[in-house]
Amino acid sequence: MSTDSREGAQPLEGLGLVGGSPSMPIGAELGIGALDGPKPRSQWQLFRSRFLKHRLAVFSLVLLILLIFACFAANLVAPFPANQQDLAVGAVGPNAHHWLGTDELGRDMLSEILYAGRTSLRIGLTVAFLSTLLGTVVGAISGYFGKWADQGLMRLTDLFLVIPQLVVLAIAIQGFGSTQVVIALSLAALFWMGEARVVRGQVLALREREFVEAARSIGASPMRVVFRHIIPNCLGPILVGATLGVAGAILTESALSYLGFGVQLPATSWGNLLSSARGYVGTPQAYLIYFPGLMILITVLAVNFLGDGLRDALDPYGSNG
Amino acid sequence: MIQFLSRRIIYSIVVLLLASIVAFVGTRIAFDPTARLAQVRDKQVRERERERLGLDKPVAVQYAKWVGNFARGDMGTSEVTRQPVSTMLASGLGYTMQLMLWAVILSIIAAIAIGVYSAVRQYSAGDYIFTTISFIGISIPPFWFAFIAIQFFVFQLMAWLNLSQPIFYFVGLHSTGGSGFNIDYLQHLFLPVLVLTVQNIAGWSRYQRASMLDTLNSDYIRTARAKGVPRRQVIMRHALRNALIPVVTVMALDIGLLFGGLVITEQIFSIPGMGRIFVQAITNGDAAVLTSWTVVAAFFVLLFNLIADLAYGWLDPRVRVA
Repeated sequence: MSTDSREGAQPLEGLGLVGGSPSMPIGAELGIGALDGPKPRSQWQLFRSRFLKHRLAVFSLVLLILLIFACFAANLVAPFPANQQDLAVGAVGPNAHHWLGTDELGRDMLSEILYAGRTSLRIGLTVAFLSTLLGTVVGAISGYFGKWADQGLMRLTDLFLVIPQLVVLAIAIQGFGSTQVVIALSLAALFWMGEARVVRGQVLALREREFVEAARSIGASPMRVVFRHIIPNCLGPILVGATLGVAGAILTESALSYLGFGVQLPATSWGNLLSSARGYVGTPQAYLIYFPGLMILITVLAVNFLGDGLRDALDPYGSNG
Repeated sequence: MIQFLSRRIIYSIVVLLLASIVAFVGTRIAFDPTARLAQVRDKQVRERERERLGLDKPVAVQYAKWVGNFARGDMGTSEVTRQPVSTMLASGLGYTMQLMLWAVILSIIAAIAIGVYSAVRQYSAGDYIFTTISFIGISIPPFWFAFIAIQFFVFQLMAWLNLSQPIFYFVGLHSTGGSGFNIDYLQHLFLPVLVLTVQNIAGWSRYQRASMLDTLNSDYIRTARAKGVPRRQVIMRHALRNALIPVVTVMALDIGLLFGGLVITEQIFSIPGMGRIFVQAITNGDAAVLTSWTVVAAFFVLLFNLIADLAYGWLDPRVRVA
């Protein structure tokens, strides 16, 4: 019983995400580790071995890290400087010199895509972080305090789910101007509902557990109970939700760009590269459409696979892999 | 059941009212219908226009007047097109409903078929192929998929088959002057419906697969098999009917959200439906249209949420008691 509640209290401590006391194998203080039987493994070891088994997720993680590096270090990596035109070249298809071809102004597509990736990834990551934070706080308050706080916040969540996202975004951006800050903030304001519902569900289940009762009984404040004891236990679903947020934000930004409300030129994003190439459908320059879209597809696909791998690896009822 | 239903309906009306307040206040903040008069030398002109539109009154008063008119079917007049908003939205809804109807029918059939196949043949080559395709379907930017589909189905197909006329069209729902249900209509319908369905087929077939797997592994299925019920009958009659329950709920919820996806599809394929109206209204700053548009869209989401609840109660008698 005592090992049980300990496990419940801080299972993710070893992840290094929670901080606090140095990680210690479960049951070590009881001397269980000294007994015969399989070697006890920390949560972190369990998570790592399960995650590494998910080949596709590991591959996606590596790919994403490379992609993020290539985009943010574009000055060093990209074959050509940003926005360098070569009107004598014009639009040519992929070749040895320009791997992904050039656009009508002779700009190297590969370099343009890497530079544009900064904006897309920055928006994706910012939105995921902000919406996850907001969703977690709303979900935690709603689930832990219940009653009118729950009623109010969940009705608010319903309200946000009812109005089509694209509508709110377009109105907000049209009204406040399409700067990247406005785009990121309005996206974040529309992506937290799923997270809030998931966290609320988790918190509802966790707040009845013994370790929460124990924490309350020794006089821990509600804030402390929620943020030190309950939230660390929902980190799994929260992380998975965050990956979905990255994917959703990148996709929605590109859709906004198509409608003309996304990132505005001269700043570029994958969405507006794609949008400005829309006239080339059905022409010999159709390759200008293929590559920016392919980058979005690859990134979102990798983020989704990563989320899938995290979900499996963090599932407490999964195999011990 | 009736008590449950009436409670849900009242709740939906409250959410719809809240949504209309948000839509009304939001468009009032973001758009000033008199902005085009800002350059007029005579300040009085703008003042008079504000008075005529009732913009000088408090927002609460404006809202009360607007919601009263709305309830009686009067959505006001567009300041840009000078047409009644209700006429504009009604003509748009006609096109949008056609697209939605075909997209929904197609994606339900395809998603259930794929989901059942993948569950029955779990871990087969076909299952892996469908899994990969559905991951791509969820991750693909819809309008990029539309471009690729146009490029392939219109232009490449023409080039490969040496045709002078494309097989599929990507502008409107009929050739100029055409109407009715005919080959021409189907040639126009194919691409926009394809674009609209991809995400739903991908998402729903995953749900169908998961839910079918759950059902196939349950005890009563084993019992049916042990009694000697033919495999086909076990799958279609015993398993599928139960496996559909959670899927139907997800489908109903997503159909309501299809309204957002229509914006992009109608814009790409130049179909004068609700999505097109929305894009035009927002580019022209047409506040009257935007407010009513949002409320109509919210109405559809709530309607399908309600249908999801009802379907759940209808399909699963255990829920009805609660």
